[in-house]
Amino acid sequence: MKADPKGVLTGVHFMDGDHAACEGALAAGCRFVAGYPITPSTEIVERFAARIPKVGGVFIQMEDELAASIAIQGGVWGGQKVMSVTSGPGLSLMMEHLGYAAMTETPSVWVDVQRGGPSTGLPTLPAQADMMQIKWGSHGDYEIIALSPNSPQECFDLMIKAFNLSEEYRCPVFLMMDEVVGHMTERVNIPSADQIDVTERKWTKKKPGEYKAFATTPEDLVPEMVKAGDGYRIHVTGLTHDERGYPAMDVPNQAKLIPRLLNKIRNNVHKLVDVRMDGCEDADVIVMSFGITSRVATAAIDAARAKGLKVGHLRLIICWPFPVALIQQLARTAKAFVVPELNMGQMVLEVRKALADVDRKVKVISVPHPGGTVHDPETILEQILEAAR
Amino acid sequence: MSESLDLHLASVETSLDNPVLPFLRQDRIPHIWCPGCGIGTSVNCFCRALSDSGLDLDKVAIVSGIGCTGRTAGYLNLDSFHTTHGRAIPFATGLKLSNPELNVVVYSGDGDLFAIGGNHFFHAARRNMDILVICVNNFTYGMTGGQVAPTTPVGPTQTTMPYGNFENPFNLPFIADACGATYVSRWTIYHVRQLAKAMKEALGKKGFRFIEVMSPCPTLYSRRNRLGDGVDQVKYYKEKSVIKNGVDTKEVGLGYQGEIVVGKFVDRERPTWLESMNAHYSHHFGDAFQPYGVKNGQD
Amino acid sequence: MSAEDDARKGKGTVFVRVEVCKGCSFCIDFCPSHALEFSREFNPKGYHFPVLGRAEDCTGCDLCGLYCPDFAIFGARWKDLDEKRQAASTPTQP
Repeated sequence: MKADPKGVLTGVHFMDGDHAACEGALAAGCRFVAGYPITPSTEIVERFAARIPKVGGVFIQMEDELAASIAIQGGVWGGQKVMSVTSGPGLSLMMEHLGYAAMTETPSVWVDVQRGGPSTGLPTLPAQADMMQIKWGSHGDYEIIALSPNSPQECFDLMIKAFNLSEEYRCPVFLMMDEVVGHMTERVNIPSADQIDVTERKWTKKKPGEYKAFATTPEDLVPEMVKAGDGYRIHVTGLTHDERGYPAMDVPNQAKLIPRLLNKIRNNVHKLVDVRMDGCEDADVIVMSFGITSRVATAAIDAARAKGLKVGHLRLIICWPFPVALIQQLARTAKAFVVPELNMGQMVLEVRKALADVDRKVKVISVPHPGGTVHDPETILEQILEAAR
Repeated sequence: MSESLDLHLASVETSLDNPVLPFLRQDRIPHIWCPGCGIGTSVNCFCRALSDSGLDLDKVAIVSGIGCTGRTAGYLNLDSFHTTHGRAIPFATGLKLSNPELNVVVYSGDGDLFAIGGNHFFHAARRNMDILVICVNNFTYGMTGGQVAPTTPVGPTQTTMPYGNFENPFNLPFIADACGATYVSRWTIYHVRQLAKAMKEALGKKGFRFIEVMSPCPTLYSRRNRLGDGVDQVKYYKEKSVIKNGVDTKEVGLGYQGEIVVGKFVDRERPTWLESMNAHYSHHFGDAFQPYGVKNGQD
Repeated sequence: MSAEDDARKGKGTVFVRVEVCKGCSFCIDFCPSHALEFSREFNPKGYHFPVLGRAEDCTGCDLCGLYCPDFAIFGARWKDLDEKRQAASTPTQP
């Protein structure tokens, strides 16, 4: 279906990534946000608070991120599309509710405008150091989807994609921004509503009595949904549950539920590959990057190419699930991967893991950065040269 | 089976069922609560209140946190949500705001609502979020084995207060009152008729409504402190409770096995969070603002 | 006289789902007319359950029903039961 024109601010704008992300959410149909202010994400909720009375919906500033991240889930079961927005310390507080959203299959969008950490760290300065936290930070096994924009335009575009994926897979979806992308002001082109595809919630057509809230088929591991107030008398719990949603705390039910929650994403990893590739076909060295680092990497890659090296650029749009098969395919020809990221080496671990199953010896060079600013392109260039040696 | 039972069963009409059964998920009964636990009694009263309220039960949702009382949501035949520890109130806030036609009830325990979830209680009451919060107060953490709670009176032994509790407990109605609740009452599970009536009354009101229900935990509170079984605690409630409607909530704090003041303490009107939002934006934006969650000009 | 007529000693009676009772004795202790008592037998879970020991004293007030934490017992007045039965046996108009 197409976007509701009420939420779409069609036109060409000059706005920062935080504001563009907010407009993306409104265009995607988000009508309920529970937030808590935290630098450098606050502008997203500030804009939502200002815009939502005109669009029709609710913004509420909760008492903390614990409250915000569960209030949005109440919002989902009340029938709305929802988002919560935070940064490092707030994200840490949200971890329990990330698990709740995964366990209860509550479609929800979580925005993390990454800043330097750990702890209070660098509130106003960038990092990309929460990539592993979102994947592993809540207890137990779960899967999420994460997207990483590198411009205000992509904050808008990928926000819509994040909402659509959360509805399609009924799982938490992260928009992994960072301080630079959030505060960078650029041209943002917002199309008309009829050019924006929006995925509707997977509402059931079954009647009360026939409907089981968490029943799936072998072909489709994503259950159909209803909302409170429609007469279905659903039960939703974070406990291990059966198809009716009733607590069923035993091995058979755990063995049925948890693999399904993982496989509804893992079985679709091929569909969830979203990358931008530039000159990877015949490259000796492939630079893998995401978010703001991809823009810095481009400068280093251009410089290396000017020196005559065959360097490809693989930019992750969807970081989680990680495109393992693609990395393995590229490793058939490439000699080395260079992975710059604004952390001390997180996504590079995924590259190493993917290459463990590859027979050829392929070098992997991490270009870590503790955060606070972006890489110096020279640093990345040096590692490209090292990799090509 | 006994003779008396045989005789009695002969008089039972098979078509006649316990009037509360339609309000329960019968495929989940019997419940997990111990013999002599009062949570079931409070739920029984709640079912009667639902029955008497005349509400469309498809539009009533129940939200619980974690703990013994947190299991309540799973037994009621309503849209029901068993959330995370302490977070039933913010979940209920999201549910209510995204679907304002719902009558949202939070049903949880004292540890869940006032220790880990205390902050949310204060703020939901401050905002006058339109939800009914029913707190079954058994003065202990039952599900985890009898640890000290923010409501445990000074004196009794708990596993994490092995030499007796020395922390000062909360006075729950006073907190609710101070934070702005529109309705505050306390009953014990001895007071079943009054409790059912209070629940019905609160279901029909708007704003942040709070009912404290004192209830025995025979397994981890009463027996451990040599206070007897569940029924002995209820007898204590009977003997030591005094009804003081309208009394200053400052005066209703609870001591160990001391006097229990019960009654309706607060009943007032304040605009709910959504009413305030709609009124404020209607004033600010004029006709350009479409009030939220209001159907056909009425709510 | 039927077994039921024989049992109609008081104004009302109670109905017990023996198998879900946990023997807490709330209904017995707080019955305003002290009409209930524990069975001598155990239910399948090993609890004594309430029986109407003094049927003549039962008023069918259903306070036991309100107290029961296990939804195992409820009371009713014979008068109300008869009305219900009559309503159930009267053919409804097409």
